[in-house]
Amino acid sequence: MAMVQPRNLKYRVWAARLFLIAFVCMIMFPFLMIISVSLRSGNFATGSLIPENISLEHWALALGFNWTSADGTIIEPTFPVLSWLWNSVKVSVVTSSLILLLSTTGAYAFARFRFRFKQGLLESMMVLQMFPAVLALVAFYTIFDKLGNFIPWLGLNTHGALVLSYLGGVTMNIWLIKGYFESIDNALEESAAIDGATPWQAFRHILLPLSVPILAVVFILSFIGVIGEYPVASVLLQDVDKLTLAVGSKQYLNPQNYLWGDFAAAAVLTGLPITVIFLTAQRYLVSGLTSGGVKG
Amino acid sequence: MKLPKDASEALSGHWLKWLLVAFIDIALLYVITLMYAQGETAFAMVILVLGSIGTWVFTSEKCYSFRYIYPSLLGVIMFVVFPLIYTVNIAFTNYSSTNLLTQDRVKQVHLQKTYTSGAEKFGFKLYQSGDNYQLQLINKNDKSQSFATDAFQFTDVTQTLTADLQQSEEQPEGQKLPLKKVIKLRNSLKAISVQTPEGNSLVMTSLREFGAMAPLYREGSDGELISNKDGSILKPDFEQGYYVDQNGETVSPGFTVYIGWDNFTRVLTDPGIQGPFLTIFIWTLVYAGLSVLFTLVVGLLLACLVQWEPLKESGIYRVFLILPYAVPAFISILIFRGLFNQNFGEINMVLNALFGIQPEWFTNEFLAKTMILIVNSWLGYPYMMILCMGLLKAIPEDLYEASAIDGANPLHNLRHITVPMIIKPLTPLLIASFAFNFNNFVMINLLTNGGPNLIDATTPAGATDILVSYTFRIAFGSTGQDFGLASAIAGLIFLLVGLIAWANMKATRSLQEH
Repeated sequence: MAMVQPRNLKYRVWAARLFLIAFVCMIMFPFLMIISVSLRSGNFATGSLIPENISLEHWALALGFNWTSADGTIIEPTFPVLSWLWNSVKVSVVTSSLILLLSTTGAYAFARFRFRFKQGLLESMMVLQMFPAVLALVAFYTIFDKLGNFIPWLGLNTHGALVLSYLGGVTMNIWLIKGYFESIDNALEESAAIDGATPWQAFRHILLPLSVPILAVVFILSFIGVIGEYPVASVLLQDVDKLTLAVGSKQYLNPQNYLWGDFAAAAVLTGLPITVIFLTAQRYLVSGLTSGGVKG
Repeated sequence: MKLPKDASEALSGHWLKWLLVAFIDIALLYVITLMYAQGETAFAMVILVLGSIGTWVFTSEKCYSFRYIYPSLLGVIMFVVFPLIYTVNIAFTNYSSTNLLTQDRVKQVHLQKTYTSGAEKFGFKLYQSGDNYQLQLINKNDKSQSFATDAFQFTDVTQTLTADLQQSEEQPEGQKLPLKKVIKLRNSLKAISVQTPEGNSLVMTSLREFGAMAPLYREGSDGELISNKDGSILKPDFEQGYYVDQNGETVSPGFTVYIGWDNFTRVLTDPGIQGPFLTIFIWTLVYAGLSVLFTLVVGLLLACLVQWEPLKESGIYRVFLILPYAVPAFISILIFRGLFNQNFGEINMVLNALFGIQPEWFTNEFLAKTMILIVNSWLGYPYMMILCMGLLKAIPEDLYEASAIDGANPLHNLRHITVPMIIKPLTPLLIASFAFNFNNFVMINLLTNGGPNLIDATTPAGATDILVSYTFRIAFGSTGQDFGLASAIAGLIFLLVGLIAWANMKATRSLQEH
């Protein structure tokens, strides 16, 4: 607590408080609006923020049920939102597990071993990380088009290809895990080595059990990253059934077929779990992000 | 040297490892041979090189450390480095929707072209009995002559049927199908060719007729194609990537050839591309720069407020303020796309109620750019806030004490203490943020898709397009997909990103030296 306080502190606190409340209201406006829109009937309905007549039409459609409207016509769900969500979760879980597998051993070597090219490798991986996949979309498209001729489940329009194309994104994770490994004292591993443990055994039985928290953070980080990935998925996936959420959601706001209400329900339904995961893990993620970034 | 406790186990593990390496290598060799045989030399080479390095790393004791790194390096090499190199490679070709295939495949396409050769024409009737079908063909010139095929079933693949001469009163089994059903089956019928007893090959030429067909081209010497119809000659032109006839006219489809620096010169000299390219490049810089500036200003201000001790309940604000960062970007951007909609959007409704205006957010160039910056600031400030909060904690409290004694106001504190203290560690992060926004494809593609369109452009280009979204539209847009040109522009962006990466490295290094 500061010792010297200005005289008009009370007014300043209130000014700050009012400003923050106004700002939070502004930030929350889109979210509240989208919830409100999802509860209106029809796709062009307008109204106040708190809807007068609550209709579950869009929610039923988003969950994959038919909806009988007031005049008796039956509306069928336009898009398979739940299978999009399932596709996204499937791709993200598989990708994150593989990325974890690839980056953990790499981080161990970078943290504990001395070898040639170590610094050079780390730095060049860092530079390469700045080239986003969106720049190489043509190459991705062609590569998987050709690969599909030899291995059908890795061709265009498959989830296998999508998972594979994400495996290049290991650098940030290696940095995070490496930083954590370096913060663990290696006395335990050294004593194990004296007892005859190979480096692999020391890694597997000593370091790995100690690093579960950072592994969880990396998993969640890459999970969120993959779920939100749009460019590569939009090029590699084509069938409506195979799309991920990020690619599919766009279909709702097609100018020729504008489904604002349906989109609202789908957005709340799918955005909420991801947001909750993020907020729960937020504390760890934030420290990971900032430490990784500052060291970067 | 110490032996592991269970030597026999270690030995069997060793044996297992060799078996595994051998197995993987044999599988890889099979794939490499297959790829090489099909002419995919680049892929075969990449797998060969990476496979051999892998084998060496996992069998040689010298490379022990690299065994741990190789899997992650493999990911980076195959899915970051290789695509980058491959993109540069495509930039020197005319690979596009009109020149998609290899020359060999295009030759096959031409050789498979057919034309109706003979004067003989047959009307046909299709009979169905259960799953089996039968075709009856009646000579148009001589109605008494008719053929019938054996019973067959429709499959997806091309099939050849033999037909026998019929006695005049003989009728095939089953129901004669009306034209409507024949139309439904026309694609399957087109895959059928009928062999008459005289050895003529007949295929469907119209919805009511079968006729004799012959290949349009035959192979001549020197890779030429000679027309069976009129004897004209097609020659492959490896400059243009097309087969060319005697008059110099190109015949579609074209094939992919290397065209040197043409794509790059087009970007720099073709007025229909160079003009929009410059406009888009400038907007990309403005967009990325302003995004960083706005998010930084808002983020820093909020971080200062939230960390201000007299404000007791700041924890609540913090959760709400981070929310835009927690919601997946593709959802928030699409929400804004709906909210900003000119006719049904809630934002225009509020503006209409308050001021009686309905701005055209998507069709007016300036407003579209404003909207993008508003949305991007909304999305991006929490990241800056989080970063600034971390950095602000590191500033010693007594600096502010001292300035308070000297009677400084908050603005003085900000200018003379806060900003100078955090700007140094913040610089690399700001550069990274600039690089991120420079390539923020999702934002542009989902919010405006580049629109409103620029008028004087030969390629699809919009006023809000940034370089990456422009590249994307050239490559995957709805009109004339030009992969070569897109890759050339991507190649130019590589240079710019490389420049930014270098600046970032320098900033980081100077930070670490302190």
